[in-house]
Amino acid sequence: MAYKRSQILICGGTGCTSSGSMNLAKELKKELVKHDIIDEIEVVVTGCFGLCELGPVVIIYPEGTFYSRVEVADIQELVEEHLVKGRPLSRLIYTEKGDGHHPLSINELGFFKKQKRIALKNCGVINPEDIDEYLGFGGYTAIEKVLLTMSPQDVINEIKASGLRGRGGGGFPTGLKWQFAHDATSEDGVKYVVCNADEGDPGAFMDRSVLEGDPHSLIEAMAIAAYAIGSSKGYVYVRAEYPIAVKRLQIAIDQAKDYGLLGNNIFDTDFSFDLEIRLGAGAFVCGEETALMNSIEGKRGEPRPRPPFPANKGLFGKPTVLNNVETYANITAIILNGAQWFASVGTEKSKGTKVFALGGKINNTGLLEIPMGTTLREIVYEIGGGIPNGRAFKAAQTGGPSGGCIPASLLDTKIDYDNLIAIGSMMGSGGLIVMDEDNCMVDVARFFLDFTQDESCGKCPPCRIGTKRMLEILERICEGKGIEGDIERLQELAEGIKASALCGLGQTAPNPVLSTIHYFRDEYEAHIFDKKCPAGVCKHLLDYTINEDTCKGCGICAKKCPVEAISGEKKKPFSIDLAKCIKCGSCIEACPFGSISRA
Amino acid sequence: MAELIPVENLDVVKAIVAEHRNVPGCLMQILQETQNDYGYLPLELQRTIADELGIPLTEVYGVATFYSQFTLKPKGKYKIGVCLGTACYVRGSQPILEKVNNILGTVVGETTADGKWSVDATRCVGACGLAPVMMINDDVFGRLTVKEIPTILEKY
Repeated sequence: MAYKRSQILICGGTGCTSSGSMNLAKELKKELVKHDIIDEIEVVVTGCFGLCELGPVVIIYPEGTFYSRVEVADIQELVEEHLVKGRPLSRLIYTEKGDGHHPLSINELGFFKKQKRIALKNCGVINPEDIDEYLGFGGYTAIEKVLLTMSPQDVINEIKASGLRGRGGGGFPTGLKWQFAHDATSEDGVKYVVCNADEGDPGAFMDRSVLEGDPHSLIEAMAIAAYAIGSSKGYVYVRAEYPIAVKRLQIAIDQAKDYGLLGNNIFDTDFSFDLEIRLGAGAFVCGEETALMNSIEGKRGEPRPRPPFPANKGLFGKPTVLNNVETYANITAIILNGAQWFASVGTEKSKGTKVFALGGKINNTGLLEIPMGTTLREIVYEIGGGIPNGRAFKAAQTGGPSGGCIPASLLDTKIDYDNLIAIGSMMGSGGLIVMDEDNCMVDVARFFLDFTQDESCGKCPPCRIGTKRMLEILERICEGKGIEGDIERLQELAEGIKASALCGLGQTAPNPVLSTIHYFRDEYEAHIFDKKCPAGVCKHLLDYTINEDTCKGCGICAKKCPVEAISGEKKKPFSIDLAKCIKCGSCIEACPFGSISRA
Repeated sequence: MAELIPVENLDVVKAIVAEHRNVPGCLMQILQETQNDYGYLPLELQRTIADELGIPLTEVYGVATFYSQFTLKPKGKYKIGVCLGTACYVRGSQPILEKVNNILGTVVGETTADGKWSVDATRCVGACGLAPVMMINDDVFGRLTVKEIPTILEKY
C-alpha cells in the first residue's frame, strides 16, 4: 500500500449527499490529478459525521481540519491552499457560534466534546463500501473471538452482564431476549435472527446512519447473535425510503461473503450464517416486531397477539431474535472490551450510550451519541448549540409518535429509559425534536395523532376508532371549535386506548396528547375558551390586519387575495374584511412592505 | 429513469414471479419489482401475480393496499414528495406543501390530468438536517422557503 500523506474525508450520508457531497468528491479528484498529487492524498467517502446542519462536510487529516458547507466552487482553492501550500483555508473552517474561535480539529468542537461514540464509532471514519477499512479498524475480530473462544451461553452471559437494553424504544434487556430464543426449541432446528431497520419515527435517522456509515458492524453483530441462539439465517428489514443504506448494506453483505465471513463454516468452524435484505414498503406499524415479521413473510404488516412471543414462535413460526440496528451496533464493542467496560458507562439501570437525531429548532441539527445520564440541557445547549434566531426553548419531543413533549422546567432530567417514562415521554428510537415558542403544542399533538391515526393498521378497534375520535377533537380545538370538556374527553379516550390496544403503536399513540395536556394545559385552554393560539400557528384562530401607518396602498395584496377579502383605494391604506378572510396568508407573502400581520 | 413497461405486456410480470416464487414470503418483493417496472399496480397485474402464484386475488390486493408505497393508480412524470416528518413540520413544511398545491392545482395523493405531476406528503426521508425538505423524483431540495418554490417548479 502506497504511503498517503493526507486523507480527505467527505461525508456521504443522506444529509450531505442531498447537499451535493458526491459532486465534491468528483471535483476533488479532478483537482488532485491536476496538481499531480493524487498518489499522495486519499479521498474517502464516509458515513455520517453527525453535523448534518453544516453539510456538505469535509475533514482533512492528519490535522482533522473541519470544513463546513463546502461547495464545488471552493474545491480549487481548497486544494491549492490546504494541500499544495499547506495552509488551512480559514474562510471555510467552521466557526462555533458566538466566540469566533476557529477550531482546527474536530475534537475541539462543542458538538463532539460531550459525546461518547460506541455505536457510531466507525461512522464518518471509514469508507463503508470497503471491507478492508472495517477490518483495519478491528472489524470481524469480535466474531472471531466468539467463534473460537466462547460458547453460545458465554456470549449471552456477556451481553446480559453488560446491561444492554433494546435501543428501538422498548428498552427490553437484550441478553434476556437472546436467552429466551436460545432456550426455545425448534422442531426442525431452524431459528432466525432479524434486524429491525424500519426506522419509521419521523425525525429519527440513527439507524440509517449506521447502515450507511458502518454496515459491516451490523453484519458482524447479527452473526454473533445467530451463534448465540443457534441460528444460521438472518434478515435485515429496511425501509425502502433509504436507498443509500440499502445499497451499502448489500455491498457489505457481498464483500463479507467473498471474504468467507458470511456463508458456510465461518473461521473453519461448524458455524454457518447467511443474511438477506428485505425491503419495507412504507408502513410505520412494521416497526412493531410482530408486524415486521408478517411483512417479511409477504403479508399485510399487522401485529400478532402475544403470547406466543417471537422468541418461541416468530418469523415463519420459528424461534426468532429481533433487535434494532443501534442495539446490534453495540454488540461488537461489548464482546471486544468486555461487559464491565460497557456497564461502566451510563446510569444504574440504563447502561452504555444512546444515539439521538437532533432536529427541529436547534442550531446544530445532526446525529449525536451521548452516555446515558446526560441531561437534556447539555444536549440542547452544549451539543446542540442552543435555539436559532434568539427564540426561547419551549419543549423537546422524544420518542416520536409514541413519546411526549418535555418542557423547559425538566431540562435537567438525566436521560435514561426510566426517567423519560417517569416524565410522560419515552426513549423511543432516538428522535429528539426541539421546539421553540413559535410551535403550538396543541398543533403538535394534532400532528402526531394525524400520523398515528393514518398509520394505524386497523386491526384492533381501540386504535382504529379511538385515535380517529381523538384526532377529531384535536382538529376541532385547532379550528376554534373546541368546547368545554374536550380536554377531559381526550384524557378519557387516551387512557382507554393505552389500556386496550393490541400493539405498541396503539398503546403509546395517546402519549403526545397526554404529555402536552399535562405540561401545556394553558395552551389547550387558550384555544378552547379564548379562541386564541398563543404561538400563532393555528390558522383559524388568527386575525389578519393591515398596519395603516406602513401600508402604501399599492393593492398587491388585494390582487393576491383568493377570496377578494381585501379592498381599498390606491395610495391609501387597504383593509381586510375578516368575515370573508380564509386566513390563507397569501397577502402576508405578497406585501412588499411587511405591513400585514397576524395575531 | 428507465421507460415504464405498458400494462398490456404481461411477460415481464410473469418473469418476475418466476424468479421469486420459491423464496419464502416473496409477495412483497414481487409487488415491489412489478411496480418498479410498470410504475403502478393496476388490477390486471395483481390478478396475473395471484394466478401465477396460485393464491387468491384478495391476498395480493390486501397487501398492495396495505403499504403506502404501492400505488394502484399511475403517478406523474414528476413525483413531488414534501416531507411531513416532525423535524420538517416544525420548521414549516406544511406551508411548503400548500404552496406546491397552490401553484400546480394539485391535491395530495393525486396526479394532474396531463400526467406531469403528482404530489405526496411523505414520511420522514431522514434528511432532517436540511429541514424542510422536498423531493422531485430523485432530486432533494433542502432548507426550503415558500418563496423558492415557484423557481424550483419552473425548472421542470
